[in-house]
Amino acid sequence: MTDANSSLSNLDLETPEKPFLDANELVINMGPQHPATHGVLRVILRLDGEKVLGLECVIGYLHRGVEKIGEHRTYTMFNPYVDRMDYVAAVSNGLGYCETVEKLLNVEAPPRAQHVRVILTELNRIASHQLWLGTHALDIGAITPLFYTFRDREEILKIYEKYCGARLTTHAFRIGGLQYETYAGFEKDVKNFLNFFRPKIDEYEELLTTNRIWLERTKNIGRISAADCIALGVTGPVLRASGVKWDLRKAQPYANYKNFDFDIPTGLNGDTYDRYLVRMAEMRQSVRIIEQAVDALPEGPIIAKVPKVMKPAAGEVYHSIEAPKGELGYFIVSDGSTQPYRVRVRPPSFVNLQALDVMCRGQLMADVIAVIGTLDIVLGEVDR
Amino acid sequence: MGQFIQYIESYLGSDQTPGGAGNMFWALVYIMLVFVGLSVAVIAMNWLERKILAHMQVRLGPMRVGPHGLLQPIADAIKLLLKEDIMPAEADGFIFWTAPFIVVLAAFTVFVVVPFGPTHAITDMNIGILFMLGVSSLSVLGIVMAGWASNSHYPLIGALRSSAQMVSYEVAMGLAVVSAILMTSLNPEGTGTLSMIGIVQAQLAQGEWFIFKFFPLGLIAFFIFAVAMVAETNRAPFDLAEAESELTAGFHTEYSGFRWSLFFLAEYSAMIAVSSIAVTLWLGGWLRPFPNLLSGATWDQVFSFFPGATFLFFAAMCFFNAARMPKHPLFRIQTIGLAGFGAALGLIGLALFIPVVRVRIQDIFWFAAKVACFMYLYIWYRGTFPRYRFDQLMRMGWKVLLPMGLGVLILTASVALLQQKIWHP
Repeated sequence: MTDANSSLSNLDLETPEKPFLDANELVINMGPQHPATHGVLRVILRLDGEKVLGLECVIGYLHRGVEKIGEHRTYTMFNPYVDRMDYVAAVSNGLGYCETVEKLLNVEAPPRAQHVRVILTELNRIASHQLWLGTHALDIGAITPLFYTFRDREEILKIYEKYCGARLTTHAFRIGGLQYETYAGFEKDVKNFLNFFRPKIDEYEELLTTNRIWLERTKNIGRISAADCIALGVTGPVLRASGVKWDLRKAQPYANYKNFDFDIPTGLNGDTYDRYLVRMAEMRQSVRIIEQAVDALPEGPIIAKVPKVMKPAAGEVYHSIEAPKGELGYFIVSDGSTQPYRVRVRPPSFVNLQALDVMCRGQLMADVIAVIGTLDIVLGEVDR
Repeated sequence: MGQFIQYIESYLGSDQTPGGAGNMFWALVYIMLVFVGLSVAVIAMNWLERKILAHMQVRLGPMRVGPHGLLQPIADAIKLLLKEDIMPAEADGFIFWTAPFIVVLAAFTVFVVVPFGPTHAITDMNIGILFMLGVSSLSVLGIVMAGWASNSHYPLIGALRSSAQMVSYEVAMGLAVVSAILMTSLNPEGTGTLSMIGIVQAQLAQGEWFIFKFFPLGLIAFFIFAVAMVAETNRAPFDLAEAESELTAGFHTEYSGFRWSLFFLAEYSAMIAVSSIAVTLWLGGWLRPFPNLLSGATWDQVFSFFPGATFLFFAAMCFFNAARMPKHPLFRIQTIGLAGFGAALGLIGLALFIPVVRVRIQDIFWFAAKVACFMYLYIWYRGTFPRYRFDQLMRMGWKVLLPMGLGVLILTASVALLQQKIWHP
């Protein structure tokens, strides 16, 4: 990856195979203003006709310096900023940050807070996957699923709105627990949503899973092997679709995920269709987790005792969670003051985007769009 | 003057098309009627597509401009006409300017031979269907010119895709058409025809629409044509030439304002044109449904009430929705507008019950109704299917539809020969 200022002439991509005729290659600049690059991603494509010989991602168009801002805010003040990274999964970002600071402060959120966190985070995973499904299908040309998923995502956003007043960048969690007690009828709302949502997954699958055109457009497209995934640091559903059973909720249990019973769906081929199936299955698993969490919601305090002015002891901590898009890690260095010395985020989208070149070589131009969709990137998180 | 009136009147008793009778005046009138009718159809199609697609996708579609967004197409047209006509700096000016006109010209010219009724066509050519296929494929020229002249990568790729796609699907389309033309030679008189009116009259004479002829051969040929015609018009799921998510807008990416709207107009009239071919060749053109099952003068009478009844139904829908409008002063104009629109439709419906009009109009009605079904199918496809990839599209055209078309053609010919020589010598 290069920075936004690099010029085209610096392109140095090796040609995998020499074209039969020495025709001129077509270099196409896809984005940053393009309907299918999910924001402001710029992809420089080298094409032989429609075949992709290589590509390079140019990022940085949405850089807001979130990490640098973190060095000039107190631990509490920085909390809302992380919501703006992966804005479709703001709750997950908040969970990751709060847990990291809690680790630094050596406090643990009380059980009730942990449960509510799990419920909201899993709801967020569903919402994020819904948005992915809608836009991914739209990129491949099926325009209808987008509206179905947005209709159902609305119900999740309504729960968020009732809980904390915001719908997208929620700032739902606080360091040490929660700020707000759940509202009256929260459990009922969540259960109603689960009952409402279960048949909807079948509806999405009915539209796509056995659709012949969908199969042709996704099977064997953007294949990536498990070894490549691990070498590139790719995580999340993309890694699991390649057959690696790696989910931080099981591998390094955080929050109180170890109390819940759920499966890790994996794929075999590592192609776009498997990633689709894995994410669909993950939505069902999320429903399972939320159901258990709501049923076992304990009483008690919602926030642990945390100092008003947070001054963690000097040191560093890395903590990562399984965000909807993959491993979301925070590395925070404290120098004992009220502000972090350094905040570093390991965003799943940024790391997963590296795999784009590997996945697209030798495929057609239309597949690049499908692969960008299946990687499920959010440019706010790639650039931060 | 008297001669002129005589010239005009001389056609009225004729049982030929104006072009066939050589009457220039009525030919011009018919051309105007077809042009206006087509423009209205495109405007209506614009609104209907947005509405129907919206309702398939759990949303309302245009609701603000006029009652239920009825004036939206007009607002869009005004917007497009007032927009700046931008030409890219490095574009080839002359080609860039002429391309949309070629596309529109090709899309409109084919309607010269479309038979809306036994005499309701501008003219009847003895090579009608060839003329239609030939002229409609000229539009690919305009698309290639538009893509080339824009001097931009996306339009170029879009144009290349489009030309390859249209050329390949024309082959399959042609084979399907030939098998239908072959069926026309099974008339009692034993002569085949390429004339559009002749094809429908052959179906009338044989007492069978060609879609049911030699079941399932006619049906397969129709199916091949129905797939190829979607590809031919660059519509979903074969809309690779203007694949929004890949090529932003394909060959017309660099066009704006009026020139863009010409492409839009051409696309929709091309859809209507190919649907007209399908209706003429396989679905009995202007003939009413169930000619065999429900035959006789009584049923003819009953079916002749359909045009008026349809308009009355639409009028009733308008009135029903006008009654459901919110009872708020802000909605008064909209409610009155919707009721007025319903009243206009109702008056047209009543006028269609007048016996003289009824008899003359029902051919056009049945033809338009059948074409409308195809238009609905186009919208339905768009709401349902993902988009094919370019190589998959080509594979389907050359490896599936083409062999199928050849097979159907050979089988149809063999069955027809057997029928003539052995079963009914």
